[in-house]
Amino acid sequence: MTAASVGYLPTLRSWASQIGITAAFIVLWIVFIVLAPDTFLDSRIYLSFGQTTPYFALVALPLTMVIVCGDIDLSFPSTMALGMVGFLAVERTTQNVELGVLAAVVVGALAGLLNGAIVTVIGIPSLVVTIGTQFLYRGLTLVLVNGRSYALVEVEGTPGYRLMVGRLFGVPMQFIWLVVAAVVTWLLLYRHRLGQNAHVIGDNKQAAALMGIPLRGTRIILFVLTGVAAAFAGAMNSFQISNFYPAMGAGYLLPTLAAVFVGGTSVFGGRGSIWGTFIGAFMIGGITAGIVAVGITDYYTNLIYGGIVLIALCIHAILQRRFTR
Amino acid sequence: MSTSDTDSNETVTAQPALELRGITKSFGGVRVLHGVDIDLRPGEVLGLVGDNGAGKSTLIKIITGVHQPDAGTIRFHGRPVEGLTVPRARALGVETVYQERALAEQLSMWRNIFMGRPIANRLGFLNVRRMRRITAALMGDSMGFTSAALTPDTNVTGLSGGERQGLAIVRALHFEAAIIILDEPTMGLSLAETEKLLRFVDGIRAAGKSAILIDHNIFHVYSVADRVVVLDRGRVAGTFPTARYSLDQLTAIMREVAATAVYTEPLPHSTVEAEA
Repeated sequence: MTAASVGYLPTLRSWASQIGITAAFIVLWIVFIVLAPDTFLDSRIYLSFGQTTPYFALVALPLTMVIVCGDIDLSFPSTMALGMVGFLAVERTTQNVELGVLAAVVVGALAGLLNGAIVTVIGIPSLVVTIGTQFLYRGLTLVLVNGRSYALVEVEGTPGYRLMVGRLFGVPMQFIWLVVAAVVTWLLLYRHRLGQNAHVIGDNKQAAALMGIPLRGTRIILFVLTGVAAAFAGAMNSFQISNFYPAMGAGYLLPTLAAVFVGGTSVFGGRGSIWGTFIGAFMIGGITAGIVAVGITDYYTNLIYGGIVLIALCIHAILQRRFTR
Repeated sequence: MSTSDTDSNETVTAQPALELRGITKSFGGVRVLHGVDIDLRPGEVLGLVGDNGAGKSTLIKIITGVHQPDAGTIRFHGRPVEGLTVPRARALGVETVYQERALAEQLSMWRNIFMGRPIANRLGFLNVRRMRRITAALMGDSMGFTSAALTPDTNVTGLSGGERQGLAIVRALHFEAAIIILDEPTMGLSLAETEKLLRFVDGIRAAGKSAILIDHNIFHVYSVADRVVVLDRGRVAGTFPTARYSLDQLTAIMREVAATAVYTEPLPHSTVEAEA
């Protein structure tokens, strides 16, 4: 028997965390179905999840890569709104929605580039930098739109609108974008040079430098990807409600981070799970709806929310310890 | 400049695999290396010893492209190289065994073997199957890992100190390096593992490749090195062929170098000159 032919047990071990989170998700969902069958057996709630969860899940995916690389980005809620400023500027002058979305994505990329540049060139921890840019980008948004909201009725029905928030065979486009993004980020993180380098940097920066891995470039690209995803999700969110308000995105910081960590990605870098983040996002998205549907008073929402997040984190920690030799 | 004339009874035909001339390096105004000259010949094991702060690791990091020298030239097989970076040095055939410091613990063996140099297509997508297969072959042939619990997908966390050392060495070997640098390779190894490592260094010479061995332990260095460079406060205090100096003599020299600023007294039958 060669060494390669007995790889199943270690492989199962490395999947323990992901199997754990998937099982927890299924258990949680069964509880919701049993306690609120009218809501959780109705297709409308799944339509709603398919529309609303991607707004933060789309950002949680590249954010998972940022965290695997040992960094963090807290500025994305502001980038979601700042991207829309780029959209408005271009869409209002060219009357072209698609160009506007492109502008939003470019603004998102630039916001990510600035994050990455300050972190790597000046050498300040990303936690601190992105707290700063979170205020900077939000402030810039407020100043540029004079604190105003904008109705976006004119985008409805355009090809860009249908591509972003329409339906395909009854499935919300938001969900389809999310699945595509999940597949792409999975490939980048596990099957691409970028993800290989991100893993090494997050695990051991010194080793990465000694082995000639481009530290700056890798970290900057991941910040840029997160900025792009944030701006795109911000445009989606605005299209769905046909409105842009400068505080848009502000509520997504904690659910997004919770999705990543509930999914089993290590706070310390070097290890993460795209599948976990995907499942984690729907757990986080489902909890609020579930609590309301089950008929528990609103006061309990945060309590249960916090409890479930902590339980998920404990499951990961225990599985990690038990299944790592 | 300190030199040694080991060449007098050998015919030097090949160019040095590596030539350092006047390598100078400062960090934040503190000069760490003061014009270091070193030659590494093909098929030679060069020992590099010196006290803490002698500049050994800085010198190594300059050879491997981690740091760039402030002044001085580096030649690989006679060809001068400017602006050396780690990828460039690796492309020129320099591989370094940094022991555990250059392993990523949470990553699999195959990801560690191919760290910084993955097998990928033009778009950057990895050929995972091939890297796993090569790793499995290396584990069987070179590392001698026979435990069925170890696969290319095993994380480094699951390896013993000796197994990690083996992984770091195999990584250097796999890329067919012409120059292998071993930075404190015996640190934390058991006696048997140390013995195995020193035999491996002998194997580098037998294969016609060159090695630089840095170790605190002069006994280890002496037992495998052809020449020993003593570094002291950023200068080469002397280069000593092990064929001409006994271990006791070398130890005495090192003690003297450490006590005085520079080794000044030429030993009988030696042509070692003092460093200005």
